[in-house]
Amino acid sequence: MDIAVVVKLVPDLVEELAIDESGAALDTSYLRLIVNELDNHAVEQAILLKESAGGQVTVIAPDLEGVDDILFTAAAKGADRLIKLTGAMSGVNNYALSNSLAAIIREIKPHLVLTGVQANNDLDGSVGPRLAALLGMAYVGYVSGVTPANDSVKVRKEYSGGLVAQVAVRLPAVLGIQAAGKPPRYVPISKIRQMSKTARIKDQPAGDLDAGNGAAVKHMFKPEMGTHATMIEGEADEVADRLIAIFKEQDIL
Amino acid sequence: MSQDIFVVIEHLRGKVADISYVMLAAARVIAQATGGQVVAALLGHNAQELAGNLAADRVLYVEHPALADFTSAAYQTVLESLLREHAPRAALLGDTSIGGDVAAWLAARLSWPLVSSCRSVSAEGAVIRFVSQTCGGKIMAEGDLPGPCALVMIVPGGYKPEQGQSAQTPQVTSAAAPPLEGLRVAVDNYVEPDTSDVDISREPILVSVGRGIQTLDSIGLVEELARALGCPVCASRPIVDQGWLPTTRLVGKSGKVVKPRLYLALGISGAPEHVEGMGESEMIIAVNTDPAAPIFNVAKYGATVDLFDLAPALTEKIQEARRQRGTHHGAASS
Repeated sequence: MDIAVVVKLVPDLVEELAIDESGAALDTSYLRLIVNELDNHAVEQAILLKESAGGQVTVIAPDLEGVDDILFTAAAKGADRLIKLTGAMSGVNNYALSNSLAAIIREIKPHLVLTGVQANNDLDGSVGPRLAALLGMAYVGYVSGVTPANDSVKVRKEYSGGLVAQVAVRLPAVLGIQAAGKPPRYVPISKIRQMSKTARIKDQPAGDLDAGNGAAVKHMFKPEMGTHATMIEGEADEVADRLIAIFKEQDIL
Repeated sequence: MSQDIFVVIEHLRGKVADISYVMLAAARVIAQATGGQVVAALLGHNAQELAGNLAADRVLYVEHPALADFTSAAYQTVLESLLREHAPRAALLGDTSIGGDVAAWLAARLSWPLVSSCRSVSAEGAVIRFVSQTCGGKIMAEGDLPGPCALVMIVPGGYKPEQGQSAQTPQVTSAAAPPLEGLRVAVDNYVEPDTSDVDISREPILVSVGRGIQTLDSIGLVEELARALGCPVCASRPIVDQGWLPTTRLVGKSGKVVKPRLYLALGISGAPEHVEGMGESEMIIAVNTDPAAPIFNVAKYGATVDLFDLAPALTEKIQEARRQRGTHHGAASS
């Protein structure tokens, strides 16, 4: 089964985020990008399927800072082909990204396209269902586990409250991955470094990155909720003392 | 094109999902400005009775055996046809496992703009404004909803489900389903949530752990704390996806919704998907080294100390307090 995996880079939310001078976008000058965690699960799911059913895995990612390492890491896990989508990728929306990706995936002709079901910076829906519409493929998202079955795949689709549906999806299909069948594997840095010397990344121009008729963000701001936690200051020991007092007040202790 | 606002009703196994009512509440805000109607699109098989308490001006009911279960393929086909025909000012879908399978697909097929992660809407005259959450709830993005028709994916939190419920049954009209043969997606069966483990939604106290815990080995620190408090350990998504705790312990969008007396969140950032499952807890206490973590917007008390320092200190003080009182509550398994 040949699989294409779409990987996005997203802001690392552990870092402090700032809004740029326009007031309508993130300040990218100090922004650290990391692989979208759910896309990492999509890569893992693709490798698991390759191990059980054979086939080639192609990983495609937009050219943003850190992308080479992400692609080489995928290769170290077992991906066969690496494609970097080149062009003005900073701040590109999913409308434009999907159009570029669809053109590439049409050439690869995979049986299955996997991508994370969402990314933390999606503002115009996710990539997966858009790709499915453009490619004329079936789409199922919120998938945590994929099993091959002849000309289809059986997937676990998650609903809220812990309910899971077993769904049969006829190929070719796009799946939005919530979690791989197993936790993403660890690869040692030495193996990634080795891949950076031996694996080849193919540059593929993204072409027209028209943002389409998508909604324009006019203003970004940090949420000011009506309430904010009362912060307990001090060292761990002092915080623990205060918490004990709160537990006692609440009749929890 | 009309000024109506469509709401795609989400329901599963005979129950309307809360997000449907949240969407109806949002739709009402827009419809009052556009002068259009709130139209609930209800797709199903023998499901007409679900229209009962929807706060809509009318319900368009599409009946077909292929709509007995939710499948992306059937919903995509029906909704594409329905939205092409009616061309409402806006169509609202949940930013959920159901809405997520169809919204961006419809946007591509219909060439309509799509706004996702939308938390609230407002309107001034003909201008409809959206506020969406992004970057795990750390940033809000605001803009004008493009026209003439647009799709909006709604997240919970902006409206209460009760605002979208009505004591009056709305007028229901039937709409014909397009041909639904040869669909490429089918539900085989449902897997019920595992009930062999403790049911965290029934526990009065929960200690919850997130990405801040960093390694599997460190979970032990949190388990000791939970044991001292006599409660189970639960977690946010990354912990369960790593296989460090079973899915029965997952709190949030795809896990359990919990409302304990005390929810002690350790190393949890408070992404919207997590808050969806614990935001209604009676008291939330959050510990996270990032002072900008959104969890502090829902917590009553917060601290930015390192959880690796706090957890053992707190465990010891709880044990000491229990010893002093000469009582020891039975420790639940963690």
